Amino acid sequence: MTPPSPAVGVLALQGAFETHARRLAELGADASLVRKPGQLATLDALVIPGGESTTFLKHLERAGFYDALNQFVHSKPVFGTCAGCILLAREVTNPQQPSLGALDIAVERNAYGRQNDSTILTAETTLPGGPLEMVFIRAPRITRISDNIEVLAKRDDSPVLIRQGRILASTFHPELGDDPRVHQLFLNIVRRSMS
Amino acid sequence: MTENNGFGKEHDSGAGLRLKTGLAEMLKGGVIMDVMNVAQARIAEESGAVAVMALERVPAMIRAEGGVARMASPRLIKEIMAACTIPVMAKARIGHFAEAQILQSLGVDFIDESEVLTPADEQHHIDKHAFTTPFVCGAKNLGEALRRISEGAAMIRTKGEPGTGDVVHAVTHMRTIVREIKALTVLREDELYAAAKNLQAPYELVRMVAKAGKLPVPNFSAGGIATPADASLMMQLGAETIFVGSGIFMKEGGTPLDIEKSDDERKEAISRARAIVLATLHYDDPKIVAEASEAVIGNMKGLAAAAIEEKNLMQTRGW
Repeated sequence: MTPPSPAVGVLALQGAFETHARRLAELGADASLVRKPGQLATLDALVIPGGESTTFLKHLERAGFYDALNQFVHSKPVFGTCAGCILLAREVTNPQQPSLGALDIAVERNAYGRQNDSTILTAETTLPGGPLEMVFIRAPRITRISDNIEVLAKRDDSPVLIRQGRILASTFHPELGDDPRVHQLFLNIVRRSMS
Repeated sequence: MTENNGFGKEHDSGAGLRLKTGLAEMLKGGVIMDVMNVAQARIAEESGAVAVMALERVPAMIRAEGGVARMASPRLIKEIMAACTIPVMAKARIGHFAEAQILQSLGVDFIDESEVLTPADEQHHIDKHAFTTPFVCGAKNLGEALRRISEGAAMIRTKGEPGTGDVVHAVTHMRTIVREIKALTVLREDELYAAAKNLQAPYELVRMVAKAGKLPVPNFSAGGIATPADASLMMQLGAETIFVGSGIFMKEGGTPLDIEKSDDERKEAISRARAIVLATLHYDDPKIVAEASEAVIGNMKGLAAAAIEEKNLMQTRGW
């Protein structure tokens, strides 16, 4: 018997939502775009993509979206990339800004510099299947993690792919590469939470 | 790694192009606002802009004042970069690769090789493969878009007619590009060679568009977009992000709102910026676009594009 396709929303306030939704659909999820708080109700999990976290926060001010999202990320599986990781953090610096506090980490925005410092690296991770390509675009840096965080990949000494229970986060963009392993891992977390 | 994938030069590796279009991907669904000083840049960021375009004079002022329009002063660009956490773009004149080199050295996140400025070269656009900073370029039709992409542009925007507040040409250009893409998708493989000849664009790119049914880089919209309804219109016609030039900080003709001395005029600018950001996200929900429109105080007076003499159009600059 095939397990039911998990309903995975992609927060589509702005940013790289399409590439995430395409990848999730390719891997068998029932992917949908979320632009209004009411759309969260029927979802099994949510991806918060890259984009501009200041723009996300502005849109979340409206129609009770912040509270609805806050409730969701504290109860269901969530995967945040780049700006999504910033939004999920406990603390944000450079500059300080509000965040959902679902992940016990501190994140520094634009920590590696501007677009000219954006880069693609390949490194070993704890995921099986060899080195992983990681696309960093005006990336944030995770500057502090608590003990309950599992580090799956690092860039120099900073974690770039982490997991805290049902929450996965990366400071790079797995949706911009061809390697499906990070999304696959997230869908495994989602399927396990459903069973 | 080098590869020749139809984007042209081998020295712009696949990795470089992916980083460039990757940033464009992050800007999708948002609004990019023209700003002329730090105070405007702050309003743009606080209102939810995904990026700002730093320039000395917005198109409406260039139109009103005339003269040669050039790259903004590095001092101004650095001030705006220091004041914002979102990406900062800046414009170079068409073909003026030395201005582009300066902008890259300043560390701007995107360079707009723009018809809004006075062109520096009547034949050649900038070889954008030679830069690590991504470029956005204007286009009126598919052939022009593909020529810019072959030179290394990582993002295309409709040209429209800048500084007018009249959306008519942005509509024409977007409809043209979308129609020409659709037309390619129904051609036989062996008809694509002649299509490339007619479009005056590289065959490899033409084949890529015919197969994918879309441009190989994000397609944004600019040129005369002034209201939340304009933003909704362009998004419904296929734009992936909206550039707003003179529509937020201009009053009448060449006069900007005085956001530093007048509280009312500051509120007016903020209301327009927020409304257009909201309408761009919810472009397909007329109720929310109506709500956004209702919140707008005042608007840019505008200039009917049809009343502009042919020789004064900005969109005909470049090829």
